[in-house]
Amino acid sequence: MADHLLQVENLRVHFKTYGGEVQAVRGVTFHVDRGETLAVVGESGCGKSVTAQAIMGLIPNPPGRIVDGQIRFDGKVITGMSKKELLSVRGAEIGMVFQDPMTALNPTMKVGAQIVEGFVRTQQVSKEEARKKAMEMLRLVGIPDPEKRVDQYPHEFSGGMRQRVVIAIALANNPKLVIADEPTTALDVTIQAQILDLLRELQEKQQLSIVMITHDLGVVAEIAHRAVVMYAGIVVETGKVEDIFANPKHPYTWGLMRSLPRIDGVEKERLVPIEGTPPDLFHPPKGCPFAPRCQFAMEICEQQMPEASTFTEGHQAACWLHDPRAPKLEELVAAGRQT
Amino acid sequence: MSRYLLKRILMMVLTLWIIVTLTFSLMHMIPGDPFASESDQLPEQILLNLRAKYNLDEPLPMQYLLYLKSLVMLDLGPSIKSETRGVNDMIKDGFGSSALIGLQAIAVALFFGLLFGTIAALNRNTWIDYAAMVLAVLGIAVPSFIMAPLLINYLAIKWPLFPVATLTSWKHSVLPSLALAFGPLAIITRYMRTSMIDVMNQNYIRTAEAKGIPTFLIVVKHGIRNAILPIVTFMGPLIAGLLTGTFVVEKIFAVPGIGKYFVDGIFNRDYPVILGTTVFYSAILVLIIFLIDLAYMFIDPRIKLSSRGR
Repeated sequence: MADHLLQVENLRVHFKTYGGEVQAVRGVTFHVDRGETLAVVGESGCGKSVTAQAIMGLIPNPPGRIVDGQIRFDGKVITGMSKKELLSVRGAEIGMVFQDPMTALNPTMKVGAQIVEGFVRTQQVSKEEARKKAMEMLRLVGIPDPEKRVDQYPHEFSGGMRQRVVIAIALANNPKLVIADEPTTALDVTIQAQILDLLRELQEKQQLSIVMITHDLGVVAEIAHRAVVMYAGIVVETGKVEDIFANPKHPYTWGLMRSLPRIDGVEKERLVPIEGTPPDLFHPPKGCPFAPRCQFAMEICEQQMPEASTFTEGHQAACWLHDPRAPKLEELVAAGRQT
Repeated sequence: MSRYLLKRILMMVLTLWIIVTLTFSLMHMIPGDPFASESDQLPEQILLNLRAKYNLDEPLPMQYLLYLKSLVMLDLGPSIKSETRGVNDMIKDGFGSSALIGLQAIAVALFFGLLFGTIAALNRNTWIDYAAMVLAVLGIAVPSFIMAPLLINYLAIKWPLFPVATLTSWKHSVLPSLALAFGPLAIITRYMRTSMIDVMNQNYIRTAEAKGIPTFLIVVKHGIRNAILPIVTFMGPLIAGLLTGTFVVEKIFAVPGIGKYFVDGIFNRDYPVILGTTVFYSAILVLIIFLIDLAYMFIDPRIKLSSRGR
């Protein structure tokens, strides 16, 4: 337990709005080991980005607040740190890559200056050294001609190049962990692949840990070692990527898999969407939040949250189907429910 | 770049020419003439001679061409009402005072406007924000001719920190500058608040936060430069207006500025004075707008000035 780089335990984050309090994250637990890529998967509004912001200490307060739970990073408890203490963690130990590279860079500041801004603060280096470091970072993220690029402004870069700059910013202080919040969502497919390759390569080179927040299972398969599947503010399934893809255990994960197009399908298959919408997080259900959309929902599902059942090592899913008292899946299918 | 500059300068000259033409025709449309008040007392022949002296006996198109000719030689002509001083002298005398007060007013308005606007934006929906906004609304609502007597009453009479009127030392310029500054200060505060709130919600501010930069530095390094752009836009007319003086405030504080000459000129149908002050004001406005366009380029690197396009 102690050697996890990042440990998130029972994290709860609420946001006050005019309509009431939104329970965006409702008791999330996961960990990231050193040198590991963890994917956090889920649809829009499931709380994955809020979880990332909580780790960075960037939950805007008000209206947001961490109600319960603990985040430990490298032996230190981050939750409850003062603003000043957080400054030494942000950037220096945890870097962040944002979703939209077109707006994530300051349009009136030179790219090089933006890359080393955090570095200069912590290292107290001269202008000359800072410039050198900026060029080194540009080279590291694969931007050609860094001598020229370092003095250019963001509008002189393409989207993919800007995302490389954003990655360079995140890495400039040699952080142990990088949180990438949908880093490829706003990019063209070809550029997406390049950025993923870059992240994977950097991870191996620098022994980084990465938390990859995404709704794209393709990205998960491409880059992650383990995955956490989130739904309506809770973790429904977690495990090694191979296990989750080969042997998913939660009905929501099944739904995600079946809504993926397959290139190797022998026969023509229709994509199956998950019917319905996620629950209202102003008044979250007391049972399993997926129950209203689930083909296999039983009475108990509406009443009580399921405990996580463990399958292979580290592969867990929170679903009543895996309770020893539950009917076998085959019986349910035979009774007319479809997988 | 040099092509752009050349084009802009030509445009400026063209603009000024249009202004001169319009002012010239409008001016001659108002009834009356410079010698209306003397016409019953002076003999016919003297009036004719006077008119001839100022070329008023020529047909209008001729007068127009003669004026353009002297304008090209930077001579704004004689003043009809003043025996000894031409319009050039009047502007030379008045502009110094107007500009001093104007510049000080701009400095005060900019500094405090940006400061209050930023502070209000960062403390949005707290009492600090509300206080700044009340101040801003007051500044916009209370005209300078109310502000000026209030300032005189409190800062010159009840608490004699500054002299009441005239302009003989720097101390004399404080009250008129303050009276002039309030309106622009209020406007800048409001604009800056809106602009700053917008900027602080931008993604690049979040990027800076994620780098571990403290809030104060984020505001200084990332916020202000981006938030200031909308303000630069309306600085042009504002600066030109303040530099060339505002008649009311100059009148209240008995400051010998340009505003006085302009208004007197209109009352007396002193054609060269009206034209001269208008042309001078326009020239300053056009020049400052040009300088502000240049300033844009330094503030926002995305803006490229070129003669191509459009």
